[in-house]
Formats: sequence, C-alpha cells, structure tokens
Amino acid sequence: MDKIAGQYEVKRAALLPLLRFVQQKHGWITPEIEQNMAEYLEMPLVQVHEVVCFYHLLNQHKKGHCHLSVCQTTACSLRGADEMIQYISDKLKIRPGETTADGRFSLSVVECLGACDQAPVMQCNEEYVGLLDKKKIDKIVDR
Amino acid sequence: MEKIITRHFDLPQSHRLETYLKDGGYEALRRVLTGMTQAQVIEEIKKSNLRGLGGAGFPTGMKWSFIPAQNPKPKYLVVNGDEGEPGTFKDKQILEKDPHAVLEGMIITCYAIGAHKAYVYIRGEYTKSLEILQGALKEAYQAKYLGQGIMGTGFSLDMVIHPGAGAYICGEETALLESLEGKKGFPRLKPPFPAVVGLFGCPTVINNIETMACVAPIISKGAEWYAKLGSEKNGGNRLYSVSGHVEKPGVYELPLGISLREIIYNHAGGILNGRGLKAVIPGGISAPILKAQEIDVKMDFDSLKSAGTMAGSGGIMVMDETTDMVRAAMIAARFFAHESCGQCSPCREGSGWVYRILKRIYEGQGQPRDLKNLPGIVNNIGGNTICAFGDAVTMCVGSYVAKFREEFEAKIRNSIRDDAIRP
Ligand SMILES: Cc1cc2nc3c(=O)[nH]c(=O)nc-3n(C[C@H](O)[C@H](O)[C@H](O)COP(=O)(O)O)c2cc1C
Ligand code: FES
Repeated sequence: MDKIAGQYEVKRAALLPLLRFVQQKHGWITPEIEQNMAEYLEMPLVQVHEVVCFYHLLNQHKKGHCHLSVCQTTACSLRGADEMIQYISDKLKIRPGETTADGRFSLSVVECLGACDQAPVMQCNEEYVGLLDKKKIDKIVDR
Repeated sequence: MEKIITRHFDLPQSHRLETYLKDGGYEALRRVLTGMTQAQVIEEIKKSNLRGLGGAGFPTGMKWSFIPAQNPKPKYLVVNGDEGEPGTFKDKQILEKDPHAVLEGMIITCYAIGAHKAYVYIRGEYTKSLEILQGALKEAYQAKYLGQGIMGTGFSLDMVIHPGAGAYICGEETALLESLEGKKGFPRLKPPFPAVVGLFGCPTVINNIETMACVAPIISKGAEWYAKLGSEKNGGNRLYSVSGHVEKPGVYELPLGISLREIIYNHAGGILNGRGLKAVIPGGISAPILKAQEIDVKMDFDSLKSAGTMAGSGGIMVMDETTDMVRAAMIAARFFAHESCGQCSPCREGSGWVYRILKRIYEGQGQPRDLKNLPGIVNNIGGNTICAFGDAVTMCVGSYVAKFREEFEAKIRNSIRDDAIRP
C-alpha cells in the first residue's frame, strides 16, 4: 500500500488504486475498509464512501465467485445481447443485480465494455468473453 | 496505404521493447532530446495538423502551446485511456499491441511542455491493457527512457499508471482530473482550463492514447509528410472502430478524409448477411446518427461537423434495415441516463425522463404528447450543463427522433390502436 501511495504527490490521489488493490484481495469494500482507508489517507470517511458509491467497479456488497457483467449497449444489443442476458438470467434463476443462493454467480448488466467488435460481450470477473452464445454461457455456468 | 499507428500490430511480441527498438523505436525521442528545443517540437506538431483523437479533435500542438512557460508550478501530462465512448475499442488495441509508441509519444510531449511527471489513466475494465503497459513502463525505466537523466541528457521524467474504476464520465477531461485526485468524477467548470489549472491545481495537458501514439512518427518522418496524409486541417490517419451489423467488425487504420461508405463496404466487409443499410453512428454513441443515404460523407472532423454530426472517437456502429430505431434510441437514452454523473440537474433529471419516455413508446405505451414533449426536454439539457455530456444527450437522442420520426409515430399509433381494441 505504501508503494502505491508513494507514487502520488497528494496522498488522497492514491484512493482509487488502493481501493482496487484491496478489493482484489477481499472481494468487496466493507465499511471497515472505508474507515481504514480514510485514516490511512488522512481524509474524511464520507469522501471515501462517496467514491465507493460513485464507481461501479467498486463493490459495496459481496459478489459471487464469478461475477458476470453483460454489456447491453448499442453494438451488443444489435448483436443479440438481450437474448443472452435473458438466457443467463433463466439459467441461473437470478435477475440482474442478484447473486445465486450458493454464492457462485452474480449477474450484472453493464454499459459498453469497449469490446464491441466481439459483440455480444461479457466479463466473467476481469476476463472478457466475446462473441457470446448459449454454448459459451453453458460452459462457464456448468463448469 | 502506409500504416502509422498500427505499423507494429502484426509483429510477434509487438508489445516488447526489443521489437519496438528494431523498428527505430525511441529514435524520435533521441532526436528531440539532443537536437530540438521545446518550441521546435510544439511547432512541428502544429504543422502536422494532428488533431486530438479522443473525441473533440482539438489541434494538439495548439493545446500544448497553452501551457504557460513562466508559471513556476510543476506541469503535468495526463493521458486519457478511459475509452468509455460506446462503439470505441481502439485505445485498448494500441495499449496492448504497441505500448512503447504511447510511452515514447508521452516522453516527447512532456519534454515539449516542460513536464517531469505524467499520468496515464486506464479504464478500470482494461486490466490486461494495464498489465501490458506496466510491463512496457518497467522496460522503459530499465533502458533509461524514463527516470533521471533520460538518454544521458538533463531531462528527467516519472510516469504513473492509474486505474479507473468504472464511470463513463471520467473520460471527460476535467472529471478525469478529479478522479485522479481521488474524488468522484464530477466535471469542473471551465475556465479555468486545465492548461492553467489542471491536476493538483497545476498546468496540465490532457491527451488521448491514440494522439500520443502519433507523436513519435511525426517527429521521425516530419510534419509535412503527416499533414499530407489526411485532408485539409486534419492530418494523418486514425483508428476507426467498426461494430454492429457488419461482416468484419474491428479496428481499421485509415486516413481522416476517407468516406464512411468506403469504410463500411470496402474495409468492414459490408452489411451482415447482405442486408440493406438503415443507419450509422459515425463517431461513438454521442455522435448524431446518419441515414443510409448520408454515408458518402468524409470522415474528418470538419466534414462530419458540416454534415450535422461529429467525428468523435471514431466509433462506427452500423445498423441494418431490420433495426428498430425506437429501440436503438431507447438504448442510447438508457446509456446516458445510467452514466449521467448527477452533478447538473438538467442532465441528471432530463436523461432519466428521456429514457422513460422512449421506453414507454418502445413498450407500446406511448402517447401522442410524448413526441411533442421530447424535443422540449431533450433541447433543455444541452447547453445547460457543466460538461459536454449534456450536449451529447441532446444531439444524439434528438437525431434519432428527427431522422426516423415516422417509426416513432407508427409505434405510438399502434399503441393507441391496441388500447382501443383492449376491452
Ligand atoms: C462525456 C465525455 C466523455 C469522454 N470520454 C473520453 C474518453 O473515454 N477518452 C478520451 O480520450 N477522451 C474522452 N473525452 C474527450 C476528453 O474530454 C478530451 O477532450 C480528450 O481526452 C483530449 O485528448 P485529445 O485532444 O488527444 O483528443 C470525453 C469527453 C466527454 C465530454
Ligand atoms: S456495446 Fe457492448 S462492448 Fe461496446
């Protein structure tokens, strides 16, 4: 953490990289993490919390082991994203925003992932899965 | 056609320093550090007619010249790799396939503007790009292209790669600065412009990844060569990201003056399954939509502006004849409603209203008054907000309704008829 923070001339500028670093280890940003971060960066807790709320890659709740983020924007929607979202939703029996009871999968519907040439696209945690079809989904969900 | 930005893309291990050096890599930097003054570098970039490739198309050399040399504060270069504009996926390609081209461009830029610290802001989802860039950065430090006394000269520079965390608005340059400072991404009121009050209150230049990748080739081959490649006042090539209903979606490096028709039919393989074309978004989702008969337009910043749309980020999204334009408009509106940062009321509230009205029309609940109300709401967002996001909502959504009005009217007529039949 000191190494990341040391790169910046103003301490709080390290907030986003640090939150991402901690989330990679812990999975989500707990209230305690926010508190510790505020103390570490010597900034008000409310400003840490505000940042955690603002950025959608920062999780305020525990997510499933495999977090599926499916793109719903123009290029993906032209190439059948809605059908894919419906298929995943039916298969996992959860709606977007929810996590399966066994904690294995979370489903999110997101805006353009910057991989429109691979439409329809989703991310499985950080990994991109492009040219999505039912077979690819089955392979991920049934593994 | 001569490739500039993608010239290394097909080489094996194209992201490695070794590969980059084999093709004359970092020679432009050597030339700059050992034989050019800061003013000469800026002049060369001005003459090349390089325009910012992040979206706004601002002349790059001119932007650099706004940095006040006599200001005693430190100066910064911030490079925008947030790439959030839907339909755009070119910066990722550059970062993953030729990261040293970005780094060399950045070092030259820092020398020109007198900066000794630079930041690269990378979109949060692009973890692979970030890792590759991190690897390149390490190589560059080891080879002394970064750090103290670069290439044995007196010039020193440090560079930090900063990850974003998922917020489209952080691609807007002042929101990006806020985000870099550890805050939520609320755009700043301009003036003061970042060239005077930017990162940590200091003079700052913000440039896109692709813009940076063009700098070293301009220094190597000369401004005249570069300027000749494009059309008038629009130098060089750029990367077009083509997606949607085309046979071969992908990134294509082509000159700025090429026509949209050529890109779609000669490069991207034409419309998927041989169907007819209905509409094209020429420069990322924010760019007003074009009808099929408008695609002979040239793709440079000025020509597209005259055609009532914009070159933006070069993200081309193609829609075939089967596309439901009401749905397409709703999807665009949903994007804006989702990504509005919430700072300005007209945008925060307006984008939500627009989305809900379009959704209602799409779902068959539309009323004739909806089409009457839409322009009023849409037109009251643009021009009334701190940043250009609001203008994008106005121009983009407005263009669907204006150009495909009959589809909206038909949907509403049908919903009313359904209502009448329903018991
Ligand atoms: C809402 C909004 C989003 C933007 N997103 C991006 C982006 O993702 N990447 C980018 O380079 N520029 C983006 N821009 C443009 C930047 O504000 C800025 O003009 C650009 O990064 C400057 O670099 P350039 O002159 O090299 O193009 C965006 C602008 C707006 C208004
Ligand atoms: S629209 Fe889905 S990745 Fe761009």
